[in-house]
Amino acid sequence: MSSRAHLGKRITFFVGVILAFAYVFPFFLVFVNSLKLKYDILKNPLSIPTTITWDNFQQALEKMNFYRSLTNSIIITVLSVSLLIFFSSMLAYYLARTKKKHTKYIFLILVTSMIVPFQALMIPFMARFAPFVSWNNRGALIFFYIGFGTALSTFLYHGFISNIPTEIDEAASIDGASDLVAFWKIIFPMMRPITATVAIINALWIWNDFLLPRLVLTDESQTLPLSTYLFYGQYSIEYGQAMAGLVLAVIPIVIFYLVLQKQFISGISQGAVK
Amino acid sequence: MMSKRTAKKFLQFSFLPLAIFTIVLIVPFVNGVYYTFTDWDGFEATKLVGFDNYVKSFQDPTFWATLRFTGLFVVVSMVAVNAVAFGLALIVTSKLRSRNILRTFFFVPNLIGGVVLGVIWQFIFNSALVSIANKYDWELFKESWLNDTNKAFWALIIVTVWQSSGYMMIVYITGLISIEQDVLEASQIDGASPVRTLLTIKIPLMAQAFTIALFLTLRGGFMAYDVNLALTGGGPFRETELISMHIFQDAFANGNFGTGQSKAVVMFIVVALAALFQVTISKRYEVQR
Repeated sequence: MSSRAHLGKRITFFVGVILAFAYVFPFFLVFVNSLKLKYDILKNPLSIPTTITWDNFQQALEKMNFYRSLTNSIIITVLSVSLLIFFSSMLAYYLARTKKKHTKYIFLILVTSMIVPFQALMIPFMARFAPFVSWNNRGALIFFYIGFGTALSTFLYHGFISNIPTEIDEAASIDGASDLVAFWKIIFPMMRPITATVAIINALWIWNDFLLPRLVLTDESQTLPLSTYLFYGQYSIEYGQAMAGLVLAVIPIVIFYLVLQKQFISGISQGAVK
Repeated sequence: MMSKRTAKKFLQFSFLPLAIFTIVLIVPFVNGVYYTFTDWDGFEATKLVGFDNYVKSFQDPTFWATLRFTGLFVVVSMVAVNAVAFGLALIVTSKLRSRNILRTFFFVPNLIGGVVLGVIWQFIFNSALVSIANKYDWELFKESWLNDTNKAFWALIIVTVWQSSGYMMIVYITGLISIEQDVLEASQIDGASPVRTLLTIKIPLMAQAFTIALFLTLRGGFMAYDVNLALTGGGPFRETELISMHIFQDAFANGNFGTGQSKAVVMFIVVALAALFQVTISKRYEVQR
Protein backbone atom coordinates (compact mmCIF):
# COMPACT_ATOMS: atom_id res chain seq x y z
CA MET A 1 0.00 0.00 0.00
CA SER A 2 1.35 3.39 -0.94
CA SER A 3 1.93 5.96 1.77
CA ARG A 4 -0.74 8.17 0.25
CA ALA A 5 -3.37 5.48 0.56
CA HIS A 6 -2.17 4.89 4.09
CA LEU A 7 -2.65 8.54 4.94
CA GLY A 8 -6.12 8.45 3.42
CA LYS A 9 -7.02 5.53 5.62
CA ARG A 10 -5.81 7.34 8.71
CA ILE A 11 -7.84 10.43 7.90
CA THR A 12 -10.94 8.29 7.32
CA PHE A 13 -10.38 6.60 10.66
CA PHE A 14 -9.92 9.91 12.40
CA VAL A 15 -13.06 11.45 10.92
CA GLY A 16 -15.02 8.28 11.64
CA VAL A 17 -14.05 8.24 15.29
CA ILE A 18 -14.89 11.89 15.80
CA LEU A 19 -18.28 11.41 14.16
CA ALA A 20 -19.00 8.27 16.16
CA PHE A 21 -18.18 10.22 19.28
CA ALA A 22 -20.55 13.01 18.23
CA TYR A 23 -23.32 10.50 17.55
CA VAL A 24 -23.20 8.85 20.96
CA PHE A 25 -22.26 11.89 23.02
CA PRO A 26 -25.86 13.05 23.64
CA PHE A 27 -26.68 9.64 25.13
CA PHE A 28 -23.56 9.74 27.22
CA LEU A 29 -24.47 13.20 28.49
CA VAL A 30 -27.95 12.05 29.46
CA PHE A 31 -26.61 8.97 31.20
CA VAL A 32 -23.96 10.84 33.18
CA ASN A 33 -26.45 13.41 34.36
CA SER A 34 -28.99 10.80 35.35
CA LEU A 35 -26.55 9.73 38.05
CA LYS A 36 -26.02 13.20 39.44
CA LEU A 37 -27.73 15.37 42.00
CA LYS A 38 -29.74 18.29 40.65
CA TYR A 39 -27.25 20.77 42.03
CA ASP A 40 -24.32 19.10 40.26
CA ILE A 41 -26.17 19.10 36.95
CA LEU A 42 -26.86 22.80 37.13
CA LYS A 43 -23.30 23.54 38.12
CA ASN A 44 -21.72 21.67 35.25
CA PRO A 45 -23.57 19.21 33.02
CA LEU A 46 -20.28 17.97 31.59
CA SER A 47 -18.67 16.94 34.83
CA ILE A 48 -18.34 13.35 35.96
CA PRO A 49 -20.61 12.77 38.98
CA THR A 50 -18.84 13.31 42.30
CA THR A 51 -21.44 11.34 44.19
CA ILE A 52 -23.37 8.73 42.26
CA THR A 53 -27.05 8.51 43.08
CA TRP A 54 -29.56 5.97 41.85
CA ASP A 55 -32.40 7.91 43.43
CA ASN A 56 -33.26 9.53 40.11
CA PHE A 57 -33.95 6.14 38.60
CA GLN A 58 -36.11 5.05 41.48
CA GLN A 59 -38.18 8.22 41.18
CA ALA A 60 -38.43 7.99 37.41
CA LEU A 61 -39.41 4.31 37.43
CA GLU A 62 -42.27 5.14 39.73
CA LYS A 63 -43.46 8.44 38.31
CA MET A 64 -43.47 7.43 34.66
CA ASN A 65 -45.02 4.05 35.49
CA PHE A 66 -42.15 2.46 33.67
CA TYR A 67 -43.15 -1.18 33.99
CA ARG A 68 -46.72 -0.51 33.01
CA SER A 69 -45.77 1.43 29.89
CA LEU A 70 -43.06 -1.08 29.00
CA THR A 71 -45.64 -3.87 29.21
CA ASN A 72 -48.08 -1.88 27.09
CA SER A 73 -45.40 -1.21 24.49
CA ILE A 74 -44.42 -4.87 24.35
CA ILE A 75 -48.01 -6.14 24.10
CA ILE A 76 -48.98 -3.66 21.40
CA THR A 77 -45.82 -4.15 19.36
CA VAL A 78 -45.76 -7.95 19.55
CA LEU A 79 -49.44 -8.40 18.74
CA SER A 80 -49.45 -5.85 15.91
CA VAL A 81 -46.32 -7.24 14.29
CA SER A 82 -47.48 -10.86 14.55
CA LEU A 83 -50.86 -10.08 13.05
CA LEU A 84 -49.27 -7.97 10.34
CA ILE A 85 -47.02 -10.87 9.39
CA PHE A 86 -49.96 -13.25 9.45
CA PHE A 87 -52.24 -11.14 7.27
CA SER A 88 -49.80 -9.53 4.87
CA SER A 89 -47.94 -12.74 4.04
CA MET A 90 -51.22 -14.37 3.05
CA LEU A 91 -52.40 -11.36 1.12
CA ALA A 92 -49.08 -11.11 -0.70
CA TYR A 93 -49.19 -14.82 -1.56
CA TYR A 94 -52.66 -14.43 -2.99
CA LEU A 95 -51.76 -11.33 -4.99
CA ALA A 96 -48.50 -12.77 -6.31
CA ARG A 97 -49.95 -16.15 -7.30
CA THR A 98 -53.29 -15.10 -8.74
CA LYS A 99 -52.51 -13.51 -12.07
CA LYS A 100 -55.76 -11.65 -12.65
CA LYS A 101 -56.75 -8.10 -13.37
CA HIS A 102 -58.21 -7.48 -9.94
CA THR A 103 -55.06 -8.62 -8.13
CA LYS A 104 -53.02 -6.22 -10.23
CA TYR A 105 -55.29 -3.32 -9.29
CA ILE A 106 -55.32 -4.25 -5.60
CA PHE A 107 -51.54 -4.36 -5.58
CA LEU A 108 -51.36 -0.99 -7.33
CA ILE A 109 -53.71 0.58 -4.77
CA LEU A 110 -51.62 -0.84 -1.92
CA VAL A 111 -48.40 0.58 -3.35
CA THR A 112 -49.95 3.98 -4.08
CA SER A 113 -51.40 4.20 -0.57
CA MET A 114 -47.89 4.30 0.88
CA ILE A 115 -47.54 7.92 -0.20
CA VAL A 116 -50.53 9.06 1.87
CA PRO A 117 -49.27 10.74 5.03
CA PHE A 118 -51.03 9.76 8.23
CA GLN A 119 -51.75 13.42 8.88
CA ALA A 120 -54.05 13.47 5.86
CA LEU A 121 -56.22 10.82 7.51
CA MET A 122 -56.04 11.50 11.19
CA ILE A 123 -58.87 14.00 11.54
CA PRO A 124 -61.69 12.00 9.91
CA PHE A 125 -60.03 8.96 11.37
CA MET A 126 -60.48 10.12 14.94
CA ALA A 127 -64.02 11.30 14.32
CA ARG A 128 -65.06 8.02 12.74
CA PHE A 129 -63.38 5.62 15.11
CA ALA A 130 -64.10 7.38 18.41
CA PRO A 131 -66.60 4.72 19.59
CA PHE A 132 -64.25 1.88 18.70
CA VAL A 133 -61.40 3.61 20.50
CA SER A 134 -63.38 4.24 23.68
CA TRP A 135 -64.57 0.64 23.69
CA ASN A 136 -61.06 -0.84 23.62
CA ASN A 137 -58.23 1.53 22.86
CA ARG A 138 -55.40 -1.02 22.81
CA GLY A 139 -57.36 -3.30 20.52
CA ALA A 140 -58.25 -0.37 18.30
CA LEU A 141 -54.62 0.70 18.09
CA ILE A 142 -53.50 -2.79 17.05
CA PHE A 143 -56.27 -2.87 14.45
CA PHE A 144 -55.08 0.49 13.08
CA TYR A 145 -51.48 -0.68 12.91
CA ILE A 146 -52.56 -3.68 10.84
CA GLY A 147 -54.35 -1.32 8.47
CA PHE A 148 -51.47 1.13 8.16
CA GLY A 149 -48.78 -1.55 7.97
CA THR A 150 -50.43 -3.81 5.41
CA ALA A 151 -49.20 -1.98 2.32
CA LEU A 152 -45.46 -2.02 2.99
CA SER A 153 -45.44 -5.53 4.50
CA THR A 154 -47.45 -6.97 1.64
CA PHE A 155 -45.18 -5.22 -0.83
CA LEU A 156 -42.08 -6.76 0.78
CA TYR A 157 -43.59 -10.26 0.87
CA HIS A 158 -44.85 -9.87 -2.70
CA GLY A 159 -41.34 -9.24 -3.99
CA PHE A 160 -40.03 -12.29 -2.18
CA ILE A 161 -42.83 -14.67 -3.21
CA SER A 162 -42.37 -13.74 -6.87
CA ASN A 163 -38.96 -15.40 -6.64
CA ILE A 164 -40.29 -18.69 -5.23
CA PRO A 165 -40.95 -21.09 -8.14
CA THR A 166 -44.63 -21.98 -8.62
CA GLU A 167 -43.64 -25.65 -9.06
CA ILE A 168 -43.49 -25.86 -5.29
CA ASP A 169 -47.15 -24.86 -4.97
CA GLU A 170 -48.09 -27.24 -7.76
CA ALA A 171 -46.27 -30.15 -6.13
CA ALA A 172 -48.08 -29.49 -2.87
CA SER A 173 -51.39 -29.24 -4.67
CA ILE A 174 -50.80 -32.58 -6.44
CA ASP A 175 -50.02 -34.14 -3.08
CA GLY A 176 -53.51 -33.08 -2.05
CA ALA A 177 -52.64 -30.20 0.26
CA SER A 178 -55.21 -27.42 0.46
CA ASP A 179 -54.14 -23.88 -0.37
CA LEU A 180 -53.91 -22.89 3.29
CA VAL A 181 -51.91 -25.97 4.28
CA ALA A 182 -49.57 -25.54 1.33
CA PHE A 183 -48.99 -21.92 2.27
CA TRP A 184 -48.37 -22.35 5.99
CA LYS A 185 -46.51 -25.67 5.81
CA ILE A 186 -44.35 -25.06 2.76
CA ILE A 187 -44.25 -21.47 1.50
CA PHE A 188 -44.28 -19.54 4.76
CA PRO A 189 -41.27 -21.36 6.27
CA MET A 190 -39.32 -20.57 3.09
CA MET A 191 -39.89 -16.85 3.62
CA ARG A 192 -38.03 -16.59 6.91
CA PRO A 193 -35.54 -13.91 5.73
CA ILE A 194 -38.25 -11.55 4.53
CA THR A 195 -40.35 -12.27 7.60
CA ALA A 196 -37.42 -11.08 9.71
CA THR A 197 -37.26 -7.90 7.64
CA VAL A 198 -40.99 -7.27 7.92
CA ALA A 199 -40.88 -7.92 11.66
CA ILE A 200 -37.99 -5.55 12.34
CA ILE A 201 -39.22 -2.69 10.18
CA ASN A 202 -42.69 -2.81 11.67
CA ALA A 203 -41.46 -3.34 15.23
CA LEU A 204 -39.22 -0.25 15.05
CA TRP A 205 -42.05 1.84 13.66
CA ILE A 206 -44.69 0.68 16.13
CA TRP A 207 -42.39 0.74 19.15
CA ASN A 208 -41.43 4.36 18.53
CA ASP A 209 -44.71 5.65 17.12
CA PHE A 210 -46.07 8.67 18.94
CA LEU A 211 -48.81 10.53 17.10
CA LEU A 212 -51.29 7.67 16.67
CA PRO A 213 -50.95 6.38 20.26
CA ARG A 214 -51.25 9.94 21.50
CA LEU A 215 -54.60 10.24 19.77
CA VAL A 216 -55.86 6.79 20.71
CA LEU A 217 -54.52 5.65 24.08
CA THR A 218 -55.59 6.60 27.60
CA ASP A 219 -53.44 7.08 30.71
CA GLU A 220 -53.53 3.42 31.71
CA SER A 221 -52.59 2.14 28.29
CA GLN A 222 -49.72 4.54 27.55
CA THR A 223 -46.76 3.21 25.64
CA LEU A 224 -43.17 4.06 26.48
CA PRO A 225 -42.73 7.07 24.15
CA LEU A 226 -45.94 8.61 25.48
CA SER A 227 -45.13 8.19 29.14
CA THR A 228 -41.58 9.43 28.57
CA TYR A 229 -42.83 12.57 26.88
CA LEU A 230 -45.43 13.32 29.54
CA PHE A 231 -42.99 12.54 32.34
CA TYR A 232 -40.36 14.81 30.83
CA GLY A 233 -42.89 17.59 30.44
CA GLN A 234 -43.91 17.35 34.08
CA TYR A 235 -40.53 16.84 35.69
CA SER A 236 -38.09 18.59 33.37
CA ILE A 237 -37.22 20.88 36.30
CA GLU A 238 -36.00 17.81 38.16
CA TYR A 239 -33.15 17.36 35.72
CA GLY A 240 -31.77 14.20 37.27
CA GLN A 241 -35.09 12.42 37.19
CA ALA A 242 -35.86 13.59 33.69
CA MET A 243 -32.50 12.23 32.51
CA ALA A 244 -33.10 8.92 34.28
CA GLY A 245 -36.47 8.68 32.54
CA LEU A 246 -34.78 9.16 29.17
CA VAL A 247 -32.20 6.50 29.93
CA LEU A 248 -35.01 4.09 30.84
CA ALA A 249 -36.83 4.90 27.62
CA VAL A 250 -33.75 4.24 25.51
CA ILE A 251 -32.45 1.05 27.15
CA PRO A 252 -34.96 -1.61 25.97
CA ILE A 253 -34.65 -0.91 22.25
CA VAL A 254 -30.86 -0.51 22.39
CA ILE A 255 -30.49 -3.90 24.07
CA PHE A 256 -32.79 -5.41 21.47
CA TYR A 257 -30.66 -3.86 18.73
CA LEU A 258 -27.35 -5.03 20.15
CA VAL A 259 -28.67 -8.58 20.40
CA LEU A 260 -30.13 -8.65 16.88
CA GLN A 261 -27.77 -6.24 15.16
CA LYS A 262 -27.18 -8.33 12.04
CA GLN A 263 -30.90 -8.81 11.43
CA PHE A 264 -31.52 -5.12 11.96
CA ILE A 265 -29.00 -4.01 9.38
CA SER A 266 -29.93 -6.59 6.76
CA GLY A 267 -33.61 -6.04 7.46
CA ILE A 268 -33.37 -2.32 6.90
CA SER A 269 -31.24 -2.57 3.81
CA GLN A 270 -33.67 -5.06 2.25
CA GLY A 271 -36.71 -3.12 3.34
CA ALA A 272 -35.40 0.15 1.98
CA VAL A 273 -34.05 -1.03 -1.32
CA LYS A 274 -37.08 -3.03 -2.41
CA MET B 1 -65.09 -25.92 -9.93
CA MET B 2 -62.05 -23.79 -10.63
CA SER B 3 -63.84 -20.53 -9.98
CA LYS B 4 -65.19 -21.89 -6.70
CA ARG B 5 -61.68 -22.66 -5.61
CA THR B 6 -60.40 -19.20 -6.57
CA ALA B 7 -63.28 -17.58 -4.72
CA LYS B 8 -62.45 -19.64 -1.66
CA LYS B 9 -58.82 -18.68 -1.95
CA PHE B 10 -59.73 -15.02 -2.17
CA LEU B 11 -61.79 -15.25 1.00
CA GLN B 12 -59.20 -17.24 2.90
CA PHE B 13 -56.15 -15.29 1.95
CA SER B 14 -57.08 -11.74 1.26
CA PHE B 15 -60.52 -10.85 2.56
CA LEU B 16 -59.59 -9.88 6.13
CA PRO B 17 -56.43 -7.90 5.38
CA LEU B 18 -58.12 -6.06 2.54
CA ALA B 19 -61.14 -5.32 4.72
CA ILE B 20 -58.95 -3.89 7.48
CA PHE B 21 -56.91 -1.89 4.97
CA THR B 22 -60.09 -0.44 3.49
CA ILE B 23 -61.61 0.45 6.86
CA VAL B 24 -58.44 2.03 8.23
CA LEU B 25 -57.11 3.79 5.13
CA ILE B 26 -59.53 4.08 2.24
CA VAL B 27 -62.66 5.02 4.19
CA PRO B 28 -61.08 7.86 6.22
CA PHE B 29 -59.29 9.11 3.12
CA VAL B 30 -62.44 9.33 0.99
CA ASN B 31 -64.38 10.66 3.96
CA GLY B 32 -61.74 13.24 4.68
CA VAL B 33 -61.72 14.59 1.14
CA TYR B 34 -65.52 14.73 1.15
CA TYR B 35 -65.66 16.56 4.48
CA THR B 36 -63.52 19.41 3.17
CA PHE B 37 -66.36 20.36 0.82
CA THR B 38 -68.94 20.44 3.60
CA ASP B 39 -69.51 22.42 6.80
CA TRP B 40 -68.27 19.45 8.86
CA ASP B 41 -67.56 20.40 12.48
CA GLY B 42 -66.07 17.13 13.67
CA PHE B 43 -69.46 15.56 14.35
CA GLU B 44 -71.79 16.10 11.44
CA ALA B 45 -71.93 17.71 8.02
CA THR B 46 -75.21 19.42 7.11
CA LYS B 47 -74.50 20.97 3.73
CA LEU B 48 -72.01 21.30 0.91
CA VAL B 49 -69.99 24.50 0.92
CA GLY B 50 -67.79 24.12 -2.17
CA PHE B 51 -64.27 25.36 -1.76
CA ASP B 52 -64.95 27.53 1.31
CA ASN B 53 -62.66 25.52 3.58
CA TYR B 54 -59.78 25.74 1.14
CA VAL B 55 -60.28 29.47 0.64
CA LYS B 56 -60.30 29.94 4.41
CA SER B 57 -57.16 27.81 4.78
CA PHE B 58 -55.23 29.86 2.27
CA GLN B 59 -56.44 33.12 3.83
CA ASP B 60 -54.80 32.05 7.07
CA PRO B 61 -51.38 33.76 7.16
CA THR B 62 -50.00 31.25 9.68
CA PHE B 63 -50.70 28.48 7.16
CA TRP B 64 -48.53 30.23 4.58
CA ALA B 65 -45.81 30.72 7.17
CA THR B 66 -45.99 27.01 8.01
CA LEU B 67 -45.81 26.03 4.35
CA ARG B 68 -42.73 28.19 3.83
CA PHE B 69 -41.08 26.91 6.98
CA THR B 70 -41.88 23.29 6.06
CA GLY B 71 -40.61 23.74 2.50
CA LEU B 72 -37.34 25.15 3.75
CA PHE B 73 -37.05 22.40 6.33
CA VAL B 74 -37.68 19.68 3.74
CA VAL B 75 -35.09 21.03 1.30
CA VAL B 76 -32.36 21.69 3.86
CA SER B 77 -32.92 18.43 5.75
CA MET B 78 -32.89 16.45 2.49
CA VAL B 79 -29.54 17.92 1.48
CA ALA B 80 -28.00 17.68 4.95
CA VAL B 81 -29.20 14.18 5.84
CA ASN B 82 -28.16 12.71 2.52
CA ALA B 83 -24.76 14.41 2.41
CA VAL B 84 -23.94 13.22 5.92
CA ALA B 85 -25.39 9.75 5.37
CA PHE B 86 -23.40 9.26 2.18
CA GLY B 87 -20.23 10.34 3.98
CA LEU B 88 -20.93 7.88 6.78
CA ALA B 89 -21.53 5.12 4.24
CA LEU B 90 -18.17 5.85 2.61
CA ILE B 91 -16.47 5.67 5.99
CA VAL B 92 -18.00 2.36 7.01
CA THR B 93 -17.42 0.73 3.62
CA SER B 94 -13.74 1.67 3.62
CA LYS B 95 -11.13 -0.86 4.67
CA LEU B 96 -11.08 0.27 8.29
CA ARG B 97 -10.98 -2.50 10.85
CA SER B 98 -13.29 -0.49 13.11
CA ARG B 99 -15.99 -0.10 10.46
CA ASN B 100 -18.56 -2.36 12.09
CA ILE B 101 -18.41 -0.68 15.45
CA LEU B 102 -18.60 2.74 13.77
CA ARG B 103 -21.68 1.59 11.87
CA THR B 104 -23.29 0.52 15.13
CA PHE B 105 -22.70 3.95 16.65
CA PHE B 106 -24.03 5.84 13.64
CA PHE B 107 -27.18 3.80 13.61
CA VAL B 108 -28.16 4.06 17.28
CA PRO B 109 -30.09 7.38 17.17
CA ASN B 110 -32.31 5.87 14.51
CA LEU B 111 -33.57 3.22 16.90
CA ILE B 112 -35.06 5.73 19.23
CA GLY B 113 -38.28 7.57 18.67
CA GLY B 114 -38.26 11.23 17.67
CA VAL B 115 -39.93 12.31 20.88
CA VAL B 116 -37.19 10.90 23.08
CA LEU B 117 -34.50 12.28 20.76
CA GLY B 118 -36.24 15.64 20.79
CA VAL B 119 -36.29 15.97 24.56
CA ILE B 120 -32.67 14.82 24.82
CA TRP B 121 -31.70 17.70 22.55
CA GLN B 122 -34.04 20.07 24.28
CA PHE B 123 -31.99 19.42 27.42
CA ILE B 124 -28.78 19.93 25.46
CA PHE B 125 -29.83 23.22 23.85
CA ASN B 126 -31.74 24.65 26.80
CA SER B 127 -29.56 23.57 29.69
CA ALA B 128 -26.30 21.83 28.92
CA LEU B 129 -24.99 24.17 26.22
CA VAL B 130 -26.23 27.30 27.97
CA SER B 131 -24.53 26.41 31.22
CA ILE B 132 -21.27 25.48 29.47
CA ALA B 133 -21.37 28.63 27.34
CA ASN B 134 -21.79 30.81 30.40
CA LYS B 135 -18.96 29.09 32.16
CA TYR B 136 -16.49 29.45 29.30
CA ASP B 137 -17.92 32.67 27.91
CA TRP B 138 -18.97 31.13 24.61
CA GLU B 139 -21.22 33.69 22.94
CA LEU B 140 -22.86 31.33 20.40
CA PHE B 141 -24.72 29.24 22.96
CA LYS B 142 -25.29 31.68 25.81
CA GLU B 143 -28.91 32.13 24.86
CA SER B 144 -30.75 28.87 24.12
CA TRP B 145 -31.04 28.22 20.39
CA LEU B 146 -34.63 27.21 20.89
CA ASN B 147 -35.63 30.76 21.84
CA ASP B 148 -34.69 32.14 18.44
CA THR B 149 -36.62 31.14 15.31
CA ASN B 150 -33.61 30.97 13.00
CA LYS B 151 -31.43 29.06 15.39
CA ALA B 152 -34.33 26.79 16.33
CA PHE B 153 -34.60 25.92 12.64
CA TRP B 154 -30.99 24.79 12.63
CA ALA B 155 -31.54 22.92 15.86
CA LEU B 156 -34.33 21.00 14.12
CA ILE B 157 -32.00 20.26 11.23
CA ILE B 158 -29.21 19.05 13.51
CA VAL B 159 -31.50 16.67 15.37
CA THR B 160 -33.05 15.42 12.13
CA VAL B 161 -29.63 14.72 10.63
CA TRP B 162 -28.57 12.96 13.80
CA GLN B 163 -31.74 10.88 13.76
CA SER B 164 -32.05 9.86 10.12
CA SER B 165 -28.54 9.76 8.73
CA GLY B 166 -27.95 6.30 10.21
CA TYR B 167 -30.89 4.86 8.31
CA MET B 168 -29.95 6.50 5.02
CA MET B 169 -26.38 5.35 5.61
CA ILE B 170 -27.66 1.75 5.44
CA VAL B 171 -29.38 2.53 2.14
CA TYR B 172 -26.14 3.96 0.72
CA ILE B 173 -24.08 1.06 2.07
CA THR B 174 -26.37 -1.32 0.22
CA GLY B 175 -25.85 0.72 -2.95
CA LEU B 176 -22.09 0.90 -2.54
CA ILE B 177 -21.56 -2.82 -1.98
CA SER B 178 -23.81 -3.70 -4.91
CA ILE B 179 -21.21 -2.26 -7.31
CA GLU B 180 -19.30 -5.07 -8.98
CA GLN B 181 -15.75 -5.42 -7.72
CA ASP B 182 -14.26 -5.92 -11.21
CA VAL B 183 -15.55 -2.53 -12.39
CA LEU B 184 -13.70 -0.89 -9.51
CA GLU B 185 -10.56 -2.90 -10.16
CA ALA B 186 -10.62 -1.93 -13.82
CA SER B 187 -10.79 1.75 -12.90
CA GLN B 188 -7.94 1.29 -10.46
CA ILE B 189 -5.81 -0.35 -13.14
CA ASP B 190 -6.64 2.55 -15.46
CA GLY B 191 -5.19 4.81 -12.80
CA ALA B 192 -8.33 6.65 -11.72
CA SER B 193 -7.96 8.51 -8.43
CA PRO B 194 -10.31 7.56 -5.56
CA VAL B 195 -12.24 10.83 -5.99
CA ARG B 196 -12.61 10.25 -9.72
CA THR B 197 -13.76 6.66 -9.13
CA LEU B 198 -16.32 7.94 -6.65
CA LEU B 199 -17.72 10.63 -8.91
CA THR B 200 -17.69 8.90 -12.27
CA ILE B 201 -18.17 5.24 -11.35
CA LYS B 202 -19.56 4.65 -7.89
CA ILE B 203 -22.20 7.40 -7.74
CA PRO B 204 -23.69 6.76 -11.20
CA LEU B 205 -23.80 3.02 -10.55
CA MET B 206 -25.60 3.43 -7.25
CA ALA B 207 -28.00 6.16 -8.35
CA GLN B 208 -30.91 4.00 -7.29
CA ALA B 209 -29.82 4.32 -3.66
CA PHE B 210 -30.01 8.10 -4.04
CA THR B 211 -33.51 7.85 -5.49
CA ILE B 212 -34.64 5.84 -2.48
CA ALA B 213 -32.85 7.85 0.19
CA LEU B 214 -34.00 11.17 -1.28
CA PHE B 215 -37.56 9.91 -1.45
CA LEU B 216 -37.48 8.70 2.15
CA THR B 217 -36.02 11.96 3.44
CA LEU B 218 -38.49 14.01 1.42
CA ARG B 219 -41.42 12.09 2.85
CA GLY B 220 -39.90 12.12 6.33
CA GLY B 221 -39.37 15.87 6.14
CA PHE B 222 -42.98 16.58 5.26
CA MET B 223 -44.30 14.21 7.90
CA ALA B 224 -41.95 15.28 10.71
CA TYR B 225 -43.88 15.75 13.91
CA ASP B 226 -42.24 14.05 16.89
CA VAL B 227 -38.94 15.92 16.87
CA ASN B 228 -40.75 19.19 16.17
CA LEU B 229 -43.07 18.67 19.12
CA ALA B 230 -40.44 17.53 21.59
CA LEU B 231 -37.67 19.93 20.59
CA THR B 232 -39.30 23.29 19.90
CA GLY B 233 -42.99 22.57 20.50
CA GLY B 234 -43.55 24.95 17.58
CA GLY B 235 -42.12 27.86 19.54
CA PRO B 236 -41.09 30.59 19.81
CA PHE B 237 -44.48 32.11 18.92
CA ARG B 238 -45.57 29.15 16.73
CA GLU B 239 -42.85 30.17 14.28
CA THR B 240 -41.22 26.75 14.05
CA GLU B 241 -44.40 24.78 13.46
CA LEU B 242 -44.02 22.26 10.66
CA ILE B 243 -47.12 21.37 8.69
CA SER B 244 -47.99 18.25 10.72
CA MET B 245 -48.07 20.18 13.94
CA HIS B 246 -49.97 23.03 12.32
CA ILE B 247 -52.71 20.65 11.20
CA PHE B 248 -52.81 18.95 14.57
CA GLN B 249 -53.17 22.30 16.34
CA ASP B 250 -55.76 23.62 13.95
CA ALA B 251 -57.99 20.57 14.28
CA PHE B 252 -57.49 19.18 17.76
CA ALA B 253 -56.48 22.24 19.77
CA ASN B 254 -58.58 24.92 18.06
CA GLY B 255 -61.41 22.69 16.85
CA ASN B 256 -61.23 23.88 13.23
CA PHE B 257 -61.96 20.52 11.67
CA GLY B 258 -62.95 21.91 8.28
CA THR B 259 -59.83 23.96 7.63
CA GLY B 260 -57.63 21.44 9.45
CA GLN B 261 -58.72 18.68 7.11
CA SER B 262 -58.41 20.93 4.03
CA LYS B 263 -54.85 21.72 5.02
CA ALA B 264 -54.24 17.99 5.46
CA VAL B 265 -55.51 17.37 1.92
CA VAL B 266 -53.26 20.17 0.65
CA MET B 267 -50.37 18.50 2.47
CA PHE B 268 -51.17 15.17 0.79
CA ILE B 269 -51.19 16.81 -2.65
CA VAL B 270 -47.92 18.62 -1.99
CA VAL B 271 -46.22 15.43 -0.75
CA ALA B 272 -47.48 13.40 -3.69
CA LEU B 273 -46.39 15.98 -6.28
CA ALA B 274 -43.00 16.57 -4.66
CA ALA B 275 -42.34 12.83 -4.45
CA LEU B 276 -43.42 12.28 -8.05
CA PHE B 277 -41.20 15.13 -9.21
CA GLN B 278 -38.19 13.92 -7.22
CA VAL B 279 -38.51 10.28 -8.29
CA THR B 280 -38.91 11.23 -11.96
CA ILE B 281 -35.79 13.38 -11.84
CA SER B 282 -33.76 10.84 -9.88
CA LYS B 283 -34.77 7.96 -12.14
CA ARG B 284 -33.26 9.79 -15.08
CA TYR B 285 -29.83 9.47 -13.50
CA GLU B 286 -30.10 5.77 -12.89
CA VAL B 287 -27.91 3.65 -15.10
CA GLN B 288 -29.56 0.61 -16.61
CA ARG B 289 -27.50 -2.45 -15.90
